[in-house]
Amino acid sequence: MNRKIFGASFVLASAASAAVIVAVILIFMITIMIGGWDHLTWEFITAAPEEGMTAGGIFPAIVGTVLLVLLMSLAGVPIGTITAVYLSEYANRNSIFTKMIRFAVNTLAGVPAIVFGLFGVGFFIQFVGGGMDSFLSGTGEVHWRQGNILWASLTMALLTLPVVIVSVEEALRSVPGDYREGSLALGATKFQTIVKIVLPNAYTGILTGTILAVGRGAGEVAPILFTGAAYYLPHLPSSLSDQFMQLGYHLYIMATQSPDVEATLSIQYATAFVLLVLTFLLNFAAIILRSRLRARAR
Amino acid sequence: MYISIHRYSKFNVTIQTDQKKARGDTDRSNGRPTVSTNRSRERPRRKKKRYGERLAETLIRAVSFTSFAIIILIFAFVFREATPLFFPPAQQTVTTEDLQQETYGDDESLSTNETIEEGRKRSTSIETAGGEADFTLDNLLGDEWQPVSAYPKFGILPLIIGSFKVTIIAILFGAPIAILAALFTAFFAPRWLREILKPTIEFLSGFPSVVIGFFALVAIASIFQNIFGYEYRLNSFVGGIALSLAAIPIIYSVTEDALSSIPKYMTEASLALGATKWQTALFVVLPAATPGVFAALLLGVGRAFGETMIVLMATGNAALMSLDIFKPIRTMSATIGAEMAEVVFGDTHYNVLFFIGSVLFIFTFALNAVAEFYVRNKLQKRFRGAA
Repeated sequence: MNRKIFGASFVLASAASAAVIVAVILIFMITIMIGGWDHLTWEFITAAPEEGMTAGGIFPAIVGTVLLVLLMSLAGVPIGTITAVYLSEYANRNSIFTKMIRFAVNTLAGVPAIVFGLFGVGFFIQFVGGGMDSFLSGTGEVHWRQGNILWASLTMALLTLPVVIVSVEEALRSVPGDYREGSLALGATKFQTIVKIVLPNAYTGILTGTILAVGRGAGEVAPILFTGAAYYLPHLPSSLSDQFMQLGYHLYIMATQSPDVEATLSIQYATAFVLLVLTFLLNFAAIILRSRLRARAR
Repeated sequence: MYISIHRYSKFNVTIQTDQKKARGDTDRSNGRPTVSTNRSRERPRRKKKRYGERLAETLIRAVSFTSFAIIILIFAFVFREATPLFFPPAQQTVTTEDLQQETYGDDESLSTNETIEEGRKRSTSIETAGGEADFTLDNLLGDEWQPVSAYPKFGILPLIIGSFKVTIIAILFGAPIAILAALFTAFFAPRWLREILKPTIEFLSGFPSVVIGFFALVAIASIFQNIFGYEYRLNSFVGGIALSLAAIPIIYSVTEDALSSIPKYMTEASLALGATKWQTALFVVLPAATPGVFAALLLGVGRAFGETMIVLMATGNAALMSLDIFKPIRTMSATIGAEMAEVVFGDTHYNVLFFIGSVLFIFTFALNAVAEFYVRNKLQKRFRGAA
């Protein structure tokens, strides 16, 4: 009898745990939604902050976020795709080189975001930027040796590289071997086969990887805290050496550093809501694409 | 058969490379003898194409090396900025009172180039005796973190304690829930519910950490203060609970995968012997999946330990040495996040922040390495032995 009670309560506890997690997710989303709903107007999305960020919209932050993820994808997706091609098409599973790369990808996925931020400062800003400054101008004028959108997006590209590699590799592996063999049998070289047969058939996976990376990049704040995000800018970034505003950073600043936190609370909720919806849509798109991919692989 | 292939050297090459990959694939072993005989008959034009092919492979290989290079570069550059603490250059850049006053006078002007340049000039011009370097090292292991003061104290002990405290709270709270939920999903839930549960909980991992931090700041902190009635609104307890929201999806997802990958015959054997479903889950499947659960915990710890934005927003950020969970804390990651933007390049404070970053990096690196090698090998061996 005791056993039965224990068993029943164990099953109940496990069900309750799952329920708690789902409930927290729902409460989370509903709280953010209710808090931000009133303030969420078309104007809020398309206007710049006004009156010392206590009024107005978040347009520059949205533009900055979009630019950031665009540049990040331009840098990260090709590298990630090529790495995935190597791992899936060329790599000898047991070679040390392959193991090294796999280990690096896994490690990279576990490095804290803030360490990427430090790396961005130490490598991109101080080393590369400092080098570019002394090489290009030589006058001691600081142009590249400071945070800007280029360094921030490159830092973010490193952070999201494992995401791209893992999804693209999965997609490449789901391309049937018959396709490759058919192409090879018709006299195409390996490289031709990859470019003309394998990659076009894996485009959904490349897209999924890009979307997941963009979702991650749009939400991360720690790597850009000191590699180029700005508190407030009166104008939109127009060159690679400009600083930029970003949604997550904007939310962080408004919620912790603003002089009157209470007054801007609804703006904060609305910003959080926009950010949440953005990442929600991106992740949702990725899930749909991926399930289609998996259905085809079966 | 062979002769017809012989004419198309391209084809042979591809068979050769293909075979390299599929070694052990017994049904394709007929490609090999053609390769060696054919090579001598290569015409120059064909050779050119092969060079192109080889070039492509080399380039792809080189690009794929990027990931490894990045790890090396992170090691090199994060550590490089921390080394002046231990191997002070002849002209030590020790912070002094006047430097502090000048650079921390107003935050806004700090980002301007003049100040940085000026600060650097000043800091390199200050010469100090060798004895001062020991002071820094002692200072580093002290129990006070006051980087911005007349006599800066860089004791990272409270920060380490803060990081561990909040991580432990997050794991103690999050891990049981995540593992139980994974058990429920894998065993007790009906199929339709499973199809909903897994994506929903994994969806939580897509939440931006800054939004979780914001939620903790405006909602969780107030609710808990009403319930527990503690003094400080933001403390390690609130931070830990918020952090568990980031750790739960990872622990859940990896545990669920480990549980589902347990061979069917194990559960079936247990059920056939008359064990109930929960007995099977608790005494057969969970022990068999222990390495996977352990890996999930390690990944969860790594995620919680390195997380910045949540703890930055929800823990109060006071570097206190206390074991009281309702007191504010300051973690290592939050310290970097809060202070890095305001330090002067080359300053001791700057180096100390990079040192903290190195510690974070080593810790998460070690966690990942353990999860990667030890756990995976053990899991594979266990199943190989069983099967």
